[in-house]
Amino acid sequence: MGLSRRNFLKGAAAGGAVAACAATATAPADARENKALPPKAVGLLYDSTLCVGCKACVVACREANGTHPEFSADEKLWDSPLDISGYTLNVIKVYADGTADHKDQEKDGFAFVKKSCMHCVDPSCVSVCPVSAMQKDPETGIVRHDPSACIGCRYCVAACPFGVPRFSWDTPFPRIRKCELCSPRQAEGKIPACAEVCPTGATLFGPVAALRDEAGRRQGLAAGQVTTFARKTVGSSDVHEKAIPTYVPHIYGSTEMGGTQLLMLAGVPFEKLGYPPLRDRSYAAESETIQESLYKGMVGPVVLLGGLLYAVHKHTKNDHEED
Amino acid sequence: MSKYAPLGGSLITRTTVIAGTLVAIMAGLVLYRFVFGLGAVTHMSNGYPWGLWIVYDVMIGTAFACGGYAMALVVYVFNKGEYHPLVRPALLASMFGYTLGGVSVIFDIGRYWNAWHLVTPGYANPTSVMLEVALCIMAYVLVMWIEFTPVFAEKWANAETKRKINKVLFVFIAVGVLLPTMHQSSLGGMMVAYGYWIHPLWQTDLVPLLYLISALAMGYSIVVFEATLVTSVYKRPSEGHLLASISTYILWLLVAYLVIRWADIAVQGKLGLVATSGRLSVMFLLENLLLGLPVLLLAGAARRAKAQIQFISAVCMLAGAGLYRIDGYLVAYNRPGWHYFPSLGEVMVTVGIIAFEVLAYIVFVKRLPVLHAAASPKDNQRAPHLAATTNK
Repeated sequence: MGLSRRNFLKGAAAGGAVAACAATATAPADARENKALPPKAVGLLYDSTLCVGCKACVVACREANGTHPEFSADEKLWDSPLDISGYTLNVIKVYADGTADHKDQEKDGFAFVKKSCMHCVDPSCVSVCPVSAMQKDPETGIVRHDPSACIGCRYCVAACPFGVPRFSWDTPFPRIRKCELCSPRQAEGKIPACAEVCPTGATLFGPVAALRDEAGRRQGLAAGQVTTFARKTVGSSDVHEKAIPTYVPHIYGSTEMGGTQLLMLAGVPFEKLGYPPLRDRSYAAESETIQESLYKGMVGPVVLLGGLLYAVHKHTKNDHEED
Repeated sequence: MSKYAPLGGSLITRTTVIAGTLVAIMAGLVLYRFVFGLGAVTHMSNGYPWGLWIVYDVMIGTAFACGGYAMALVVYVFNKGEYHPLVRPALLASMFGYTLGGVSVIFDIGRYWNAWHLVTPGYANPTSVMLEVALCIMAYVLVMWIEFTPVFAEKWANAETKRKINKVLFVFIAVGVLLPTMHQSSLGGMMVAYGYWIHPLWQTDLVPLLYLISALAMGYSIVVFEATLVTSVYKRPSEGHLLASISTYILWLLVAYLVIRWADIAVQGKLGLVATSGRLSVMFLLENLLLGLPVLLLAGAARRAKAQIQFISAVCMLAGAGLYRIDGYLVAYNRPGWHYFPSLGEVMVTVGIIAFEVLAYIVFVKRLPVLHAAASPKDNQRAPHLAATTNK
């Protein structure tokens, strides 16, 4: 087909119509807000100042989840996972500075820290999973993973702002693993294994609202004041007495990424413990806002397709004879 | 009679033998991966769970394969019929690029036996950008093979079948423009959920737009790249005048890309980071240099008419936009305490995929009516070293 001026103008007009359709399709929709905490949400409160680093929780987690020990030295003398992995869902790490003489002190001190799933209120892993293998329970808010649905794409591993879901790289039949707050145990009326065995109540299970109140209570008391700390479950009668430490004035997980169901208290800045400051708006909300503004109800793509069908039909009508 | 004709000639050449060997090496490595797991072949880790296979084979490979999309857009939507001779070869390269991008995903995903969940509504998660990308790419691969049916039909079908195919083909061409518009932007959009893991110079809500514009420019660049190589390797008459006007599209797309990229960075107050991000500053500037150079080179009509300028500009553009993707997903993706550099095995699998594309492209243009039958092909065994560098 020769390119006459007329044809060119017609082409340009059709192209313009398509461009206009595309522009309509990308008109911004309302921003997707962070998701809200489910009313019956449960979680953990981890108080770094109470933790003695005994790692009973690591052992209990293995037993509850059927994972095997991991070794970080050639001589396999003890279970020594350096981090959570495809086979370790919970670890206690240590922060140490200088002489590491004083517990819960930033300079020349040390502190313990728990690493396991934060059970985000608005989790990225759930938002990004293409096959709904990551699910957030609408009642309890527990973020669970269903390996029978998972295709092993590892988008959750890459996107989680806390780097929690982990993949098993050393097997032809890999899977994603992460803490599921001992959902099967909870179904039997038990509490998560890590909270059950914690001798000091550093890991405490309970409804998120109650955990937030408890964290607030501890922070509201003056350093040095003796008070009671519950073990296992918030509000339980199994308590011990201890003086209030000097807390960092923030409850980690109260706002980060729209909040998490694992809350943390500590005596040294959270950043030193591997928990960086994170903004309030979840990345899931940001990503879904863009996605929705482009694809809400598929209106945009359908309108664009209409324009394209019109233009292409018009411009290929006479092609067959010529080709 | 068709305007298109097979090139003919022997299929056993130095190029095809080398490509075949590379494909065989890839097959061995892939087998090893399926027996011993991803960790046995790749350097991917829980800190860098996506590596070369996703970032090159999918992110860059499909963008390099946007020639079909880019040409369909000008020829069928904007009605620039004069580019018709470039459509078929571009579509062929796109078909292979996308098909093999899809195949490499099967090598990459850990639980491939569940891959069918992607097309099963019960499993679909509509908020997942990756689901959209996966569905669009699968649909687009199918659409391209359908778009290519006239080529098979010309060789094997009767007139009646050809007429029927041509009657409905416009639907597939239109869908074939819609789908890449969706998934090429979403390939960038997948980055948004990564949040603060990605350096602010690359992390922006405008990333879908930047990916779309650069993918289109890569589509036109690959057409220039390929047409220049085919012209020189198979001693065919130059399509230089067409490539000059296609280079104009590259020019304007690049201008749009650079203006949006820099304006976005300026508006968000991130300009300082351009100078203060160390290694990432270097990568950022290198990217922008590679994308800025074609703008300078192609700006004048006289310069734009020169084949060398067209070719160099296309190569710079492809390298710059490829680097933009590598940077965004790997270099600027910063997981403290973790490192990633692809293993030899990963590289050889990617090389094998590229070799397979080259091989299939050569077989198709020699046996099927893909290239415009402008002149009789001469001595197509010449200069195989050039053909070996043909990516798509």
